[in-house]
Amino acid sequence: MSEVIRIRKGLDIKLTGKADKIFVKAPRSKTYAVKPVDFHSLTPRIDAKPCVEVKVGTTIFHDKYRPEIKFTSPVSGIVQTIVRGDRRRIIEVVIEDDGKDTAETFLKGDPKELSREQVVENLLESGLWPSLIQRPYGVIASPKDTPKAIFISGFDTSPLAPDLDFIMKDSAEDFQVGINALTRLTDGKIHIGLDARYPAAKTYTAVKNAELHYFRGPHPAGNVGIQIHKISPINKGEIVWTIKPQDVVAIGRLFKTGKYDPSMIVAIAGSEVEKPVYYKLIRGAQITPLIDGNLKQENVRIISGSVLSGKKINKDGYVGFSDAMISVIPEGDEYEMFGWITPGFKKFSVSRSFTSWLTPNKEYNLDTNIHGGERAFVVSGEYEKVLPMDIYPVHLLKSILVEDIDKMEQLGIYEVIEEDLALCEFVCTSKVEVQSVLRKGLNILRKELE
Amino acid sequence: MNALRRYIDKIKPNVEKGGKFHFLKSTFEGFETFLFVPNTVTKTGTHIRDAMDMKRTMSMVVLATIPALLFGIWNTGYQHFLAMGIEASFWEMVWFGFLKVLPLIVVSYVTGLGIEFIFAQVRGHEIQEGFLVSGILIPLIVPVDVPLWMVAIATAFAVIIGKEVFGGTGMNIMNPALTARAFLFFAYPSQMSGDAVWIAGLKKGMETVDGFSGATILGQAAQNNSTFVNGLGQAYKPWDMFLGTIPGSIGETSTLAILLGALFLIFVGVASWKIMFSVFAGGAVMGLILNAFGGNVLMEIPFWEHLIIGGFAFGAVFMATDPVTGTQTERGKWIYGFLIGFLAILIRVFNPGYPEGMMLAILLMNVFAPLIDHYVIESNIRKRLKRAKVQA
Repeated sequence: MSEVIRIRKGLDIKLTGKADKIFVKAPRSKTYAVKPVDFHSLTPRIDAKPCVEVKVGTTIFHDKYRPEIKFTSPVSGIVQTIVRGDRRRIIEVVIEDDGKDTAETFLKGDPKELSREQVVENLLESGLWPSLIQRPYGVIASPKDTPKAIFISGFDTSPLAPDLDFIMKDSAEDFQVGINALTRLTDGKIHIGLDARYPAAKTYTAVKNAELHYFRGPHPAGNVGIQIHKISPINKGEIVWTIKPQDVVAIGRLFKTGKYDPSMIVAIAGSEVEKPVYYKLIRGAQITPLIDGNLKQENVRIISGSVLSGKKINKDGYVGFSDAMISVIPEGDEYEMFGWITPGFKKFSVSRSFTSWLTPNKEYNLDTNIHGGERAFVVSGEYEKVLPMDIYPVHLLKSILVEDIDKMEQLGIYEVIEEDLALCEFVCTSKVEVQSVLRKGLNILRKELE
Repeated sequence: MNALRRYIDKIKPNVEKGGKFHFLKSTFEGFETFLFVPNTVTKTGTHIRDAMDMKRTMSMVVLATIPALLFGIWNTGYQHFLAMGIEASFWEMVWFGFLKVLPLIVVSYVTGLGIEFIFAQVRGHEIQEGFLVSGILIPLIVPVDVPLWMVAIATAFAVIIGKEVFGGTGMNIMNPALTARAFLFFAYPSQMSGDAVWIAGLKKGMETVDGFSGATILGQAAQNNSTFVNGLGQAYKPWDMFLGTIPGSIGETSTLAILLGALFLIFVGVASWKIMFSVFAGGAVMGLILNAFGGNVLMEIPFWEHLIIGGFAFGAVFMATDPVTGTQTERGKWIYGFLIGFLAILIRVFNPGYPEGMMLAILLMNVFAPLIDHYVIESNIRKRLKRAKVQA
């Protein structure tokens, strides 16, 4: 094993309802969706209007400002509806599945023998390009850029996180082909971050053409942003790309078969799930078949992604594009008498004014209550304890609040996206909405510079 | 509990916009959130939140002041009966002190919270919890015989000029409790210094033991008396100064009680141990320097005795650690604390008009805290720029 990078700051939030390591083939959903809201700052232009017949890999919509970036259907069938939200923003395009899985064909071949243009073209056409996320800003990568390097986090440390080694263990071959394709996209290296606490899956350790890095420590050690910061931090003007391991596998399959294979493994977890397990399903699946009869009660919050930075979805909602987990936790819309002074034996806090420090290994059943009201920044030093980066988070946030672009740059806004500061939001005594403030800053900066 | 909740839900519409009692909305909310943690849930970002909130944070500080408060109550009675030459039981002393201290606390809270409620309502905000702490700190740092109306005026000044004009809790530059004390000190010096103000009853000219003096240790040192004695002329031992059986402001005398509070604050993680430690370190260093020169009584006080007399310990634990007015970077906290301790002893020794330097040192460093943070952050920025240049 190579050198282990130790992460000392951070916090592991242990929640009840971790998924059992069992693969279950999910029953097919009736409908599937492609969701523009899975991607930051994306303005979609619809290509397949309702009632149009589509195959697996048919373009559903594209990026208005970068028309070459396409989003394709995960199933064959008929476009059912376009769901719109506030100001007619497109939330999701719903496709009714016909179960036949007839598919478009794309270029097939060994990426090592293809040119960069061919690889890029194939990813764009198949709809897998949007799995490449660019830092800074956390938006879909631009096909015109050549990134400094590509980073993949091979593990997830967020609460209830799925075991990516377990998910990836049977995909070694496809993963390797996917990595080979990625090497065509950058002049730099492909970096894979692995968890030093457990022996990593062979899929990762046997991989060629990529550099492995081992990390040991609490969450957010598994966040790719933290790993980039430790391996090769992003400076002003630099671009790196990130991608999730399962998307690399999908890319591998694309080049092996010439088809867009949207299958992936998603863990369903959380205290309110009757049977938390890993499901094999198709990207963008409606979650109804997964949660029907599988919930302990009705008043729940369903999240596509982790409880720290995932997106809230409805009970008839759809799995997000790259999300490897669905979390289900209780809604906390109840009053609690004198809750701010009671000992709080069942509550979890980093503060020792609660008793949770006595039981570091206990798993908690946390709900969505904010536990207080929003205030100005008062307590100092609490964000720093959970952010293993050489960044002053409070000052960065304040520079965003006053919209001082120079200061944001100087304080390192290029190195972070929301998920990296999610723990700061969790621990915040003043209940500041750290992640939305950061997104606001990223949007201001992107608008100013592009 | 359910009945209470139902009742609150029933009367709640009256304070909403358009309701008859809308002008009481902030006050109502203040009491409602005091009784019940609200049912609001997360909307964006993290779906779960830490159970800690501002009310609990502030309550922890209030809890931490209790040892100093209780000791102060007893000591008020003890000093009084000592001066009067009356034999009194433990409970008589406590009762006397309680009757003296309670009105101060009530006046401080009523004035401060009243103003906070009004400001919150005008701004349409929730009530902020900052004054829960200031409200208990103010009575602890004044002499026991200070007139109540002065406390009220000083509290009002501190809350309005010291805090609300800057935008409320979290925005203020100087510690509100110390602002109140500084106001009293400069506006009514005769009530805040001298030999007669520290012990209940002396000011009113009540009959004392013959030749009794109520001078504090620092007062005696400033007059170049080399042995420190109590009112009856018996010499103080360092142990008395540590336990706190000496005259002084109500909560500041007992270093032991203050340290108990400090341990609690450090344990629950509400106050920074870095600041506390470095204040004491700074004070000790300055003390050692002065000891090396010597020259007068103040300069020759052993450096460690400086740390247990006057308001040094109280300031270090409860005032310097205010997260809003102190430095906010971890490296800055070391510098900030050290300079407070260093300057406090410097002012104490070289300003004969006012031997208590802690208040001025902290207020001074409050003003400089943003500057310290600025340089700490500049170094982070420079490091980032350098990295970019090396890469390029």
